[in-house]
Parts: sequence; structure tokens; C-alpha cells
Amino acid sequence: MDRPIRVLVAKPGLDGHDRGAKVVARALRDAGMEVIYTGLRQTPEQIVNAAIQEDVDCIAVSILSGAHNTLLPKVAKLLSAEDASDILLVGGGVIPDSDIPFLKENGIAEIFTPGTPTSVTIDFIKGNVKR
Amino acid sequence: MDLEKKLLEGNKRAAARMITLVENRDPAAFDLLKKLHNKTGDAYVIGITGPPGAGKSTLTDKLVKSFLNEGKKVGVIAIDPTSPFTGGAILGDRVRMGDLSTHKDVFIRSMGARGSLGGISEGTSAAIKVLDVYGADYIIVETVGVGQSEIDIVKNCDTTVMVMVPGLGDDIQAIKAGIMEIGDVFAINKSDRDGAKKTAREIDAMLDYNDSDWRPPVTMTVAMKNEGIDTLVETIVEHREYMKSNGLFETRRIDNARNEIVELVKHKVLSHLFDNAYNEQMICRLSENVVKRTTDPYTACEEIMVTIKN
Repeated sequence: MDRPIRVLVAKPGLDGHDRGAKVVARALRDAGMEVIYTGLRQTPEQIVNAAIQEDVDCIAVSILSGAHNTLLPKVAKLLSAEDASDILLVGGGVIPDSDIPFLKENGIAEIFTPGTPTSVTIDFIKGNVKR
Repeated sequence: MDLEKKLLEGNKRAAARMITLVENRDPAAFDLLKKLHNKTGDAYVIGITGPPGAGKSTLTDKLVKSFLNEGKKVGVIAIDPTSPFTGGAILGDRVRMGDLSTHKDVFIRSMGARGSLGGISEGTSAAIKVLDVYGADYIIVETVGVGQSEIDIVKNCDTTVMVMVPGLGDDIQAIKAGIMEIGDVFAINKSDRDGAKKTAREIDAMLDYNDSDWRPPVTMTVAMKNEGIDTLVETIVEHREYMKSNGLFETRRIDNARNEIVELVKHKVLSHLFDNAYNEQMICRLSENVVKRTTDPYTACEEIMVTIKN
């Protein structure tokens, strides 16, 4: 049996809305992945530390607070500093389309905005994890 | 990355990578474990078990903090159920330990049970060894919420903490075999709820029937409010001292080692069987015949055994 893909679903910053993150977590579980959920109010440092200890293949960040242009690149930078950029970094939440190019230039592989079918997210993760 | 060197240095990345490798049965990783076996054995392993929702993760978080206060290094292995249908899992114990992720002396790893029915995963024993070599003074293994018979945790730790909550059953539940026999130390968590004193009385009454020299202490805790934790830690230390002063610590570890060897052999034998003798066509035919009543499961089994022996 192939080993399951491990995904860290992370909620950074001061954003208490995790319904979406839990829906995605559940969908990933149903797709055979092991999903570690960080809980709320995580700092980028806590997220990256957790990702390393859990040896995940992917970090899926959920942000609805508007702080994505700061927090997402911060996570990417920290991963790079830890020599862990092989971990696939994706995001979702309330993120305007116009911000997506900037995020992709700063280490985020893909953004899944509201309305994206979970199957799209699942297929992307399966197709793009490095290990 | 030189895994061996980094692991011995206490590098978290190396420990994490090593746990992944042993969990997925990488042969080279097991070779490394063989080599490092004499560097294991120093960590004290505490098992935390109990029904789902008892507060095991929250309690673990508080225990970790207590050990950190003593200047100790702590490893945590938190196990959650794997879906038997999809192979996926939500590993949600870490949520209760969110602020520990950046502490330099804590390592937390979530594992899916991946088909094991005993409350812990097959990779758990190996992961414990990795954290031992990594340098943890204490390793806390938090199991899947135990129902009534998932007791494998006992065979993998030095002290088992059974976490109960008030109101989950009456005194008949308390005397059923299985989980009530395995607690070295009991914690009644969420003890600010109604029925806590009654639960404590029922457990005490059940413990009156015990034969052994060791009377498991029962501590009332409210993990969320950090109440009762110091007392609980004292009871764990008490148990450790009791075991060490009676030679029972070593006896238990020998029993655990025996169990581990047997489980490893069982796994190897079953894998070999499935790789070499499993015949899907034959099993399908036999299953249909069982339902058609042209054979029965016991005869079907014998037929398969003949194939295996050949």
C-alpha cells in the first residue's frame, strides 16, 4: 500500500473561521490522506515547526482575515529558511483573484478560492507533492 | 542528511524523517534502528488512554508543560483513528497542544492507527525508539480513544494513565474486563462536572477487588483549568518508583519486548502469506460457495491452509 499523503491544515493569525478548513480536512481524509489540523491562531513559526515535526508533504493554509499577503509569504520564507521548500504550500479562503499572482511569486503553489470543488484541491495536492 | 548523526544530535527534522521511514517500514531505517538500539531505553514512556472525549490531549498538553518546568525534554506521539474505508485520517490531537510547537524541548508527532485495532499503530513502537534516541526524557503516547478492549498501549509503555470522565456508565461498566484492568494510575478529568464524586467512588470500589500490591491512585483533574495536574504527576512518579524498587520495571520491559518480537514476527508471516499464497480467485469462489451453502467457512479455511502449506 502506498503511504498516505500527509497534509497540515493550518489557520494562521487572528482568524476564527475554521468551518472551511474543516470541510477541506474532511474531504482530504475521505481521499485517503492523513490530515493534521493545527487549530486556530497559529503563528507562521508554529505552523512551520509543526510541519517539520509531522514531516508533512503539504501545508494547506486557510485565511479569511485578509492578512494573506503577509502571512502566506511568511510561511514560505520560513520553510525556505528551514530547507523545507519541498513541502507543497497551498492556500484558500477569502483571497481576491488579483492577489493570487503575487502569492504565486512568493512561494505559494496554488490558491483555492471559495466555490472550488474539493476534488480540484485533492487532485492538485496528489499531483504536486514532491515525495 | 546524515540521519544517524542528526538524530543523535537531537535534530527535529531528522527525528521526523526517521519516524516517517519506520512508519512506512523502510528497510534501511530498520537497519539504523538495529544499530542504535543500545542508545534506547533511557526515556520513561507514559501511555495515556481512555474513552474518546475524556480530555486526553488537553491532559497531555498539561503534563508536557509540567515536565518542561522540570527542565526535561518531552516527546509526544498522538494517535487517532484511520478510516477503514479510505485509509485517511484526521489527526486532531495536536490542536490541544498548539502553543508547544515552537518549544525547543518538545517534539509532537501525530500518527494514524492505520488499521491497527489495539488503540495504537504498528509504527508506534518504532517511533518511541526514535524519540528515545533523539533525546526525550519522557515520551507520552496518547492513544486513540479506547473503547473497552484496545489495550495495546500497556505493552508499549512503563506507566499507563487511564483517563475517565464522569457520567459514562455505572458500576457495571466499571467492573468489565479490559480497560479497567490496565490503568496504573487513574485520572477523572472534567471533574468539575456532575457525577465526578460518584465516578470516583465507583472506580475505588472496583479497585477494591484488585489483587496486586499496587493500588492505582485516582486523581481528580480539570485539565482545561490546569487543576490536579501536579497531583497526577506525583502519582506517575510514585508508580515509577514502585516499579523500580520491586524489579517490576525490568519485568514489564521484558514483557513488552517479548510482545514486540511476536508482533513483528506475526506481521512478517502475514505479509509473506499475502505476498505468496493469497489467491483472490480462490477466495472469491469459496466466499460464494459459503453463501450458496456448498461449503462452510471452516472447510474453506482448511482448503486454503492446504494451498499455503504447499
